[in-house]
Amino acid sequence: MTDTELRQAAGAASATDPDGSGPAGRPGGPGAGRRRFGADTTKGTVAKIVLLGLVDALAVYVLMMLFLSESWGALAVSSAVVLVINWIYLRKGGLPAKYLAPGVLFLLVFQVFVVLFSGYIAFTNYGDGHNSTKDDAIAAIQLTAQKRVPDSPAYKAAVLAKDNSFYLLFTDPQGKVSIGTTQAPLEEVSGAGKDSTGKANAVDGYRTLTFQEIVANQQSILAITVPVSADPADGTLRTADGSNAYQFKPALTYDAAADTFTDTDTGVLYRDNGKGAFAADNGETLTTGWKIEVGMDNFVRAFTDPSLRGPLLGVILWTFTFAIASVALTFAMGLFLAITFNREDLRGKKVYRILMILPYAFPAFLSGLVWSGILNPQFGWLNQTLLGGATIGWLTDPLLAKISVLVVNLWLGFPYMFLVCTGALQSLPTELDEAARMDGAGPWRVFRSIKLPLLLVSIAPLLISSFAFNFNNFNVIFMLTGGGPRFADTDRDIGATDILITLVYKVAFGQGTGRDYGLASALAIIIFIIVATVSAISFKQTKALEDVNS
Amino acid sequence: MKVQNTLTTGTSRRVFTAGAISVVAALALSACGGAAATAPATATATATAKPDLKSAGASTITMWVDAERSPALKDITAKFQADTGIEVKLVVKDFAAVRDDFITQVPTGKGPDLIVGPHDWVGKFVQNGVIAPVELGDKKSGFQDSAVKAMTFNGSVYGVPYAIENIALLRNTDLVPAAAKTFDEVITNGKKAVADGKAQFPFLVGMDPKQGDPYHLYPLQASMGSQVFGLAADGGYDPKQLLIGDAAGVEFAKKLAAWGDAGEKIINSNITGDIAKEKFLAGESPYFLTGPWNVPDVQKKGIKFAVDALPAAGDKPAQPFIGVNGFFISAKSANALATNEFVTNYLTSEDAQDSMYKAGGRPPALKASFEKAASDPIVAAFGKIGATGVPMPAIPEMSAVWADWGATELALIKGQGDPAADWAKMAASIKAKIAG
Repeated sequence: MTDTELRQAAGAASATDPDGSGPAGRPGGPGAGRRRFGADTTKGTVAKIVLLGLVDALAVYVLMMLFLSESWGALAVSSAVVLVINWIYLRKGGLPAKYLAPGVLFLLVFQVFVVLFSGYIAFTNYGDGHNSTKDDAIAAIQLTAQKRVPDSPAYKAAVLAKDNSFYLLFTDPQGKVSIGTTQAPLEEVSGAGKDSTGKANAVDGYRTLTFQEIVANQQSILAITVPVSADPADGTLRTADGSNAYQFKPALTYDAAADTFTDTDTGVLYRDNGKGAFAADNGETLTTGWKIEVGMDNFVRAFTDPSLRGPLLGVILWTFTFAIASVALTFAMGLFLAITFNREDLRGKKVYRILMILPYAFPAFLSGLVWSGILNPQFGWLNQTLLGGATIGWLTDPLLAKISVLVVNLWLGFPYMFLVCTGALQSLPTELDEAARMDGAGPWRVFRSIKLPLLLVSIAPLLISSFAFNFNNFNVIFMLTGGGPRFADTDRDIGATDILITLVYKVAFGQGTGRDYGLASALAIIIFIIVATVSAISFKQTKALEDVNS
Repeated sequence: MKVQNTLTTGTSRRVFTAGAISVVAALALSACGGAAATAPATATATATAKPDLKSAGASTITMWVDAERSPALKDITAKFQADTGIEVKLVVKDFAAVRDDFITQVPTGKGPDLIVGPHDWVGKFVQNGVIAPVELGDKKSGFQDSAVKAMTFNGSVYGVPYAIENIALLRNTDLVPAAAKTFDEVITNGKKAVADGKAQFPFLVGMDPKQGDPYHLYPLQASMGSQVFGLAADGGYDPKQLLIGDAAGVEFAKKLAAWGDAGEKIINSNITGDIAKEKFLAGESPYFLTGPWNVPDVQKKGIKFAVDALPAAGDKPAQPFIGVNGFFISAKSANALATNEFVTNYLTSEDAQDSMYKAGGRPPALKASFEKAASDPIVAAFGKIGATGVPMPAIPEMSAVWADWGATELALIKGQGDPAADWAKMAASIKAKIAG
């Protein structure tokens, strides 16, 4: 909704300058008129320059930031967009483009891009364990594979420099001092200068770095690995903070040429298994993987995953029931109340209307939790106060849970219907009502044959959008019942009030070793196709309705 | 093209607007499942950017922290800046979203250098390649063993711990004057208090109405010899050894049914965490199985209470899960050296740990700070129980366990199903999920 509003606002803002520039673009016309338009054009031009200036100033800032962060792709796209915008508003003529440009831009950014990106994710294995690129994964595995050699001493370290290369100076717990760097294995030195704690910090011929210098050169210093001895099995000394050093040995070594990791203890070889992870021959994978494109795999899984396939039919039926019943109930209730409170002679209408709209003001997930408390079998307000201490399992009995979910959703949803129905009713001409009464129609007849058909013309599209909303009404289900009570005949985490979107959530985020955005996106696309189909058919019907009435 | 058509027909303009609205709604909602997928949109756009090391990192360290803990770090960051000239920027983030933001932001190079959080995030961080090990060296011995153990994953330490959190049994000393050793004694004492008309409920523990609460019930389960995962050679949890379905687990399942709604009504499935707290504050029960987070309210209410050791239901010790909070270093920190210096040499200091204790009230992980904090008998009692606990499993496979575990326990407490069969079904389901 927000972007629709934004688009309207943007449309309204841009409407001023085409007004100014439009007539100027039209050659000819009476001289007096042109002078009049000419004055307007100056004003319009100023407005245009100011607005465009603001947009361009923002754009230049964004482009600078993109340049600094070296995001070349985003930079190219953004520059192109800025150029197109300037071209559209600076040239003469092309009025439709001036009207449409802001809307199209917002459509692209907020909808097309998001949809395309979700679509792209659906063809990848992006999720926990497949979070970044392969290079990142290799770096992370190498980083975490560094294990401290058991029972090795802790060294104090200082960083020295000679001839533009860095050396680490170590003091072991016995006070023995040695020096080395990546190419020069550990070598004992004597006569080193020491500080008050006994840590060696100076050697003749070398310069000792200050902490600031160490930090400024940290990438080179962190990369120093000093071999402890000629035997690589003894490991290497490294420092992470410039003042302490420990003996490390990698548990896994990477062979860049063969693209494999080898376990240094067992010799097991881990190869790229083509699924975004390094795997041994027995199928065991290294913890960190990377994101790859997996083609249709996620869609195949969506239709073959046993946790989805088994209860899917029941869940789909309930999803439709829930969405349709929610729309029907809220519309019936909202319409009834709207008609009731639309009576001319009702006192205190404003107060009633405000009270009616209150449920709309609470966030749905909060209401869900509150209702979950109200419906508690033993301590809930409903059972304890209203029903005198009954213990009815409103949310624990499968059928009652479905009814409870619908009732709570009715409570949450009717204010919206009440609002739109009130608005639509007030826009109906009262003459129609009077004319019908003159013809001898009773109130029901007037409602049935005149008001309702006219109302539906404007409200039917809202009913369809309400259907689409309730089809994916995650908040109410998840906060109220969490999809439960669970089905007894499946060993999966699926229950009587689960709708498709909660099922998707559970399957994509609650299984295996974490969240699977790829699968979630694929399932979301499937749900989108269902909702889009239903909406398209309904809009066709609405069109027919409109033709009959106009 | 369609847009033009509908716009020019005029009469159906309203339909178009409404249609646009509903399409927006449908798209927004259908994207709901992949809502988090929109965040990486910027991630991929900037993934190609290489962080400019000198200008981006060297003079500052960025740390993500929640609003509660941020003030406690002011002093130590000021000291670090005075000593080294490096500023630690504390960026306050919403605690609920910070873990996922960290996972998506670090690969782009836009993430922080440091993050504060509980130890059970480590598995997920390692899995996603966003965290670097920390070598504590000699400082390790200054920390409580259980805290360092919790921070250890695959044999490496991944964070500097600062606080340990675990549950205990709160006892209303007006209702039951003496501590009980076993859960059977707790039940007897509780029932006696109810029979004497002094209380309404023999025992309280909060149950989520959807998910149960395996975390709070775990000490009872552990005391009967049932564990979730077995231990690997390096002392960490081994995802290949799922032990939850073993005979001891089945015994525990039977006990749950016996304690539940259809049995002795010791554990009530209708009592949520809020209701349990409310009833204990009203003096309606002698026992409340809960954590330190509820203690301030109990004190405020003026209830006379004691913090008892967790009662055993079987012949093994009643080990709680412990949660350890700590500081973690990003795998892609552009200022790794300074960050390591700050983490290993400043955040491990007594001053820093004292300050974190004052802000959070949880037993400190540093022994020296804990001894000071233990002058408060409640902190001492919680700390003593924590020392017997086991770390909450941080392995990524644990996320496949919670839903089935909780729902099965809840069903058994409600008196539904057959304990042995349902418990076995739960174990099979978890195993299937872990296998993928």
